[in-house]
Amino acid sequence: MPADPPLLAVRDLCVSFPARGRMVPIVEHVSLDLHAGEIVGLVGESGSGKSVTAMALMGLIDSPGVRVTGSALFRGRELVGMPQRQLRRLRGRDIAMIFQDPMTAFTPVYTIGWQIDEQIRAHEKLSRHAARARTVKLLADMGVPDPAHMAQRYPHQLSGGLRQRAMIAMALSCSPALLIADEPTTALDVTVQAQILELLRRLRGTHGASILLITHDMGVVAQTCARTLVLYSGRMAETGPTEAVFDRPGHPYTAALLDAIPPLYGPRPDRLPAIDGIPPQPADRPAGCAFAPRCGHAHETCLPAPPPPVPIGPGQQAACVLPAEGTPLPPRGPMTECTA
Amino acid sequence: MTLTPLLELRDLRKTYRLPRGRVLRAVDGLSLRVLPGETLGLVGESGCGKSTLGRCMLRLADPSSGQILFEGRDITTLPERRLRALRPLMQMVFQDSSAALNPRRRIGDLLAEPLRVHPAPDGRRRPASVIAARLSELMDLVGLPVQALERYPHEFSGGQRQRINIARALALTPRLVVADEPVSALDVSVQAQIVNLFADLRRELGLTYVFIAHDLAVVRQISSRVAVMYLGAIVELGETDGVLHHPAHPYTAALTAAVPRAVVGHPHAPVLRGDAPSPTAPRTGCRFHARCPQAQARCAQEEPALHTLRPGHAVACHFPLPPGP
Repeated sequence: MPADPPLLAVRDLCVSFPARGRMVPIVEHVSLDLHAGEIVGLVGESGSGKSVTAMALMGLIDSPGVRVTGSALFRGRELVGMPQRQLRRLRGRDIAMIFQDPMTAFTPVYTIGWQIDEQIRAHEKLSRHAARARTVKLLADMGVPDPAHMAQRYPHQLSGGLRQRAMIAMALSCSPALLIADEPTTALDVTVQAQILELLRRLRGTHGASILLITHDMGVVAQTCARTLVLYSGRMAETGPTEAVFDRPGHPYTAALLDAIPPLYGPRPDRLPAIDGIPPQPADRPAGCAFAPRCGHAHETCLPAPPPPVPIGPGQQAACVLPAEGTPLPPRGPMTECTA
Repeated sequence: MTLTPLLELRDLRKTYRLPRGRVLRAVDGLSLRVLPGETLGLVGESGCGKSTLGRCMLRLADPSSGQILFEGRDITTLPERRLRALRPLMQMVFQDSSAALNPRRRIGDLLAEPLRVHPAPDGRRRPASVIAARLSELMDLVGLPVQALERYPHEFSGGQRQRINIARALALTPRLVVADEPVSALDVSVQAQIVNLFADLRRELGLTYVFIAHDLAVVRQISSRVAVMYLGAIVELGETDGVLHHPAHPYTAALTAAVPRAVVGHPHAPVLRGDAPSPTAPRTGCRFHARCPQAQARCAQEEPALHTLRPGHAVACHFPLPPGP
């Protein structure tokens, strides 16, 4: 673990939205550290609060009555409660974001190049000509073929993979220290997804970018992220080095989620170990552990209050009562799935 | 194998005419047999024509040429009225579980509709009591409470809605179910429930599935055979683990290698360059040669036919990969 202070330190981040006359907690007490040059995965199923966490960090939630509490220090500056004017200077230049659907992130009426030029010139004093030169260089860096020509194209004229590369180029145009990538490969085919994941891994070296990668795909996390944070129903279930989380999960949800993935290699199970039921709605979250109603290990100590995260290994924490009760989960073991 | 295929496609083509004289060949001369009781997985990336093929199989889209045989009978040009008698035997489950259900009608109503529209096997209309009994049977089959019949689609989660869609597809006891990406929109934990449900129903009801999906691991879990599609044609076909673990076509090899495995420290696979070419572009030779790492001069000129490589494994490649260890 690097000794210098983290680039981004999030502590007890909570986001609640007003609904039917009361505040409904969507994200509860999320904490994470992201160090320079690191890729950290934020995983969870739909509705687990991973996108809301990212949007809160970027100050992009502006629905009336929303309450964001806790702390998010970026290079020592507090992001929670920062005025929009200051945030606007930070966003795009120091912190950039890429989304699942590049088609909605670009406006359809201007060329790709025009939009990346504009982003550069919004933050730096550069001539039109110099901005375009950097745009073309960026597109080339992202593996876009014939970048000068591609810059003159409109978003709809590019394939999904090329659009995603163009969006990453735009996000990196001002060399941000932090890149938040929200499901960047979910809409892509698997061969194109492999290209984009390779690009993200490479960016760490070439552009020194730290990446917070939001995804629902445990495979993407395993292939990309040094550390992982697993969210369940708006709360942290588990966090730790990716290898530890996958091989020795401390939270039954993490273990069940990994078990539910059908294996591509190795013996084919007769039935998949599915998790019964569905995650609770935020307004109906149980008082205790949110996973307890679906958990095979649930018992009475899980019910009174959400279990706090407890250390279970080097850099690994699980919000579960089992380790403290002396009955931790057995390790899944490295590579439960063997290569043919 | 002398078994009559439940469904047979012979040199099937589906082309769409686009503005400016362009032609999109969504299904491009494809032959395939689906045997009774098997689950045939149909995999490929977006735009490869797998959904169009699925629709053509059930005559939800009319092929441009070629033949479709259902239980040995040519249904390619069967008029809609006579086709209707066969519809109960062939059903479809779609990806978007909410788009497939009318939001303004109760589940019971939605499930009863096929039972009201189609006469019973004896040619008579089903009495209400028979329909009601069948509805609770269906709920039981897909693991939903009978009370669900009184509720509306929006009151259910995505996984539950997909159970409802499956129940509707099964209402008329079909022999063939074509499922087009039925679990792609679901979270992993729920996806596993629905994959298990498909497997249970096949065992209980002796169904035959064509299971269309882009997720190779899901397809492996459910399928007995796999067909890999690329640009409107099958490039590899065979027993599931034979195809996925010992791919003979370079495209299949690239596809399986690109799957991000949930295993930390797994070496990153060599990445396939570029995107699939547009299905409207004119082509010569092998449809994969432009992206193929193994392509040779012959591949650019001569289109390889799907041929048997070893028993139960066919490939459309001039230079198939050797079987692995």
